[in-house]
Amino acid sequence: MTDAGNKPVSIALTNCSKTFPDGTRALEPLDLAIHAGETVVFLGPSGCGKTTTLRIIAGLEEPDAGGKVLFDGTDVTHLPIEQRNVGMVFQSYALFPNMTVAGNIGYGLKIRKVPGAQIKARVSEMLAMMQITRLADRRIDQLSGGQRQRVALARAIAVRPRALLLDEPLTALDAKLRDTLRLEIDSLLRSLGITAIYVTHDQAEAMALGDRIVVMEHGRVAQIGKPRDIYQRPATRFVAEFIGTMNRLTGSMNNGRFICKAGGIAWPEAPANATEILFRPEDIRVVEGDETTGLQGKVAAAFFLGDRTRLFVDVGEAQPLVIESTARRDFSHGDPVGLAIDPRGLLVL
Amino acid sequence: MKRRGLFYLQLGFTLLVCAFLVVPVFLSIMAGLTVNYFVGIESGLTLRWVMEVWNGYRDTIFLSIGLSLACLAVTLVIGVPAAYVLAKRQTALTRALEEMLVLPVAVPGLATALALIVTYGSLSGFRTSWAFILVGHVLFTLPFMVRSVLAVLSAIDLKTLEEGAASLGAGFWSRFRDIVLPNCRQGILAGSLMVVTLSMGEFNMTWLLHTPFTKTLPVGLADAYASLRLEVGSAYTLVFFLMIMPLLLALQAFAKPRPTKFVAEDAE
Repeated sequence: MTDAGNKPVSIALTNCSKTFPDGTRALEPLDLAIHAGETVVFLGPSGCGKTTTLRIIAGLEEPDAGGKVLFDGTDVTHLPIEQRNVGMVFQSYALFPNMTVAGNIGYGLKIRKVPGAQIKARVSEMLAMMQITRLADRRIDQLSGGQRQRVALARAIAVRPRALLLDEPLTALDAKLRDTLRLEIDSLLRSLGITAIYVTHDQAEAMALGDRIVVMEHGRVAQIGKPRDIYQRPATRFVAEFIGTMNRLTGSMNNGRFICKAGGIAWPEAPANATEILFRPEDIRVVEGDETTGLQGKVAAAFFLGDRTRLFVDVGEAQPLVIESTARRDFSHGDPVGLAIDPRGLLVL
Repeated sequence: MKRRGLFYLQLGFTLLVCAFLVVPVFLSIMAGLTVNYFVGIESGLTLRWVMEVWNGYRDTIFLSIGLSLACLAVTLVIGVPAAYVLAKRQTALTRALEEMLVLPVAVPGLATALALIVTYGSLSGFRTSWAFILVGHVLFTLPFMVRSVLAVLSAIDLKTLEEGAASLGAGFWSRFRDIVLPNCRQGILAGSLMVVTLSMGEFNMTWLLHTPFTKTLPVGLADAYASLRLEVGSAYTLVFFLMIMPLLLALQAFAKPRPTKFVAEDAE
């Protein structure tokens, strides 16, 4: 592997908080350990502190007094970004308009006083890797958004950084391109084996790319875990509702059944004091034929999506339930439907 | 046709305005080349007056060129870093500084010159040197340099560009040299053009600041008009014109923005 010039680094944050000069607390004290070679995604709505955390790791911000940033156990808290040897990819690309594509990719090597011939070789290698060889002599204003982000990635990787930091790299792109580049970034990160930190507000991106996801809210970590854990066992209500779609029923337990306005659900292993249950759309289905069910609702809206129909079913709650139905049936507004919930998917938070 | 009639009316008006502006220039140039202006063109053409001006006022021309280049050097050294700081730190203080920088343009040049004389006039070595005029010119032209560089720097995302360069290992000086300066090239060139022309033609302040040994071109011109034949004054204008035009054209060609070529987006 040609990119194993630097061993991937492990990163640790201890007690890192950030208060901006105007007094805003962007980040509550945070402890976080990122293993060498791992891809960690910071996920959360805007203003949750994810970008601030990334910038502290990058060396673009210093944590408040008492906070520490360790790279492989070495304290780098007061080291500016230019001495940390991290690659960074920005949402706005931050490509230099006064240089060509090749000039941009080679800049980091030029700064490191690498001999010209080696820079040339490495730049061609990067261009080939990102499939942009034919753009080498273009100016930046002659590139499309997707091409710019490829150049930005190539530029960040060219210097063989110890960690790659990506700040919402796909947000400025359109949906289709985002999917393509997400796949490319994923295979790139796997093949480089580099420690990568990826900031996004898009949960689909987070699920696809992260070995682990750090969900953040109001400057605090809400949950850290593998994508599957975060989705299936959200630690808080915020996580449950931020990631994917969550349905909610309110009621109370009675004799091993959860009773709500729309009926009852058999749930033997339920906690006795459950007053609200949560579940994903894939854990509820519309019953067919004469199958009996304890839960009844009325179709509030139905959207035929081709492979399935997305139903909004009114069950007397504040929010209708969202159901993905694959039934070969034409739903229309007001249809009464019987519903069945898989008790394994039920959550109480 | 009605539209056609209107077109000729507009053309006629435009030509009239042009003539109003151009004819005096032309007459002035001709006056400088005529043997006797009062007799008219039939008295013949001559370069005598031009030569007279060249011999008598050569020094003012060189002083003006030297002064405007020195002024350019100083405004570059002070103005570009100042614009950089103003672009990077948008605080109440920097905004106030930015406004104050423009004051010497708003305040009459005579007032600025008087203030300089009252304050520093007693430093005789300084008062009699051309550096005294330079100070006035820098005060007057600096805002033009700062403004045009600042305009370019505010239009690009300077902070992120610098962060990008820093992430690649570039320290402050490398970033300033490789990223900041090349990307505000247009502003620097436009500012330089303003500074040189303004310094070259500045009369107001210079008229008070100069001494008999430090006459600039415009001061000499006023001198020539006031005390010599009209032909000499006009010949002076011609010399001024010949001096400044090539300079302006060269700077203009230099400062011309590169044409942006739009390339069809490649399929991703």
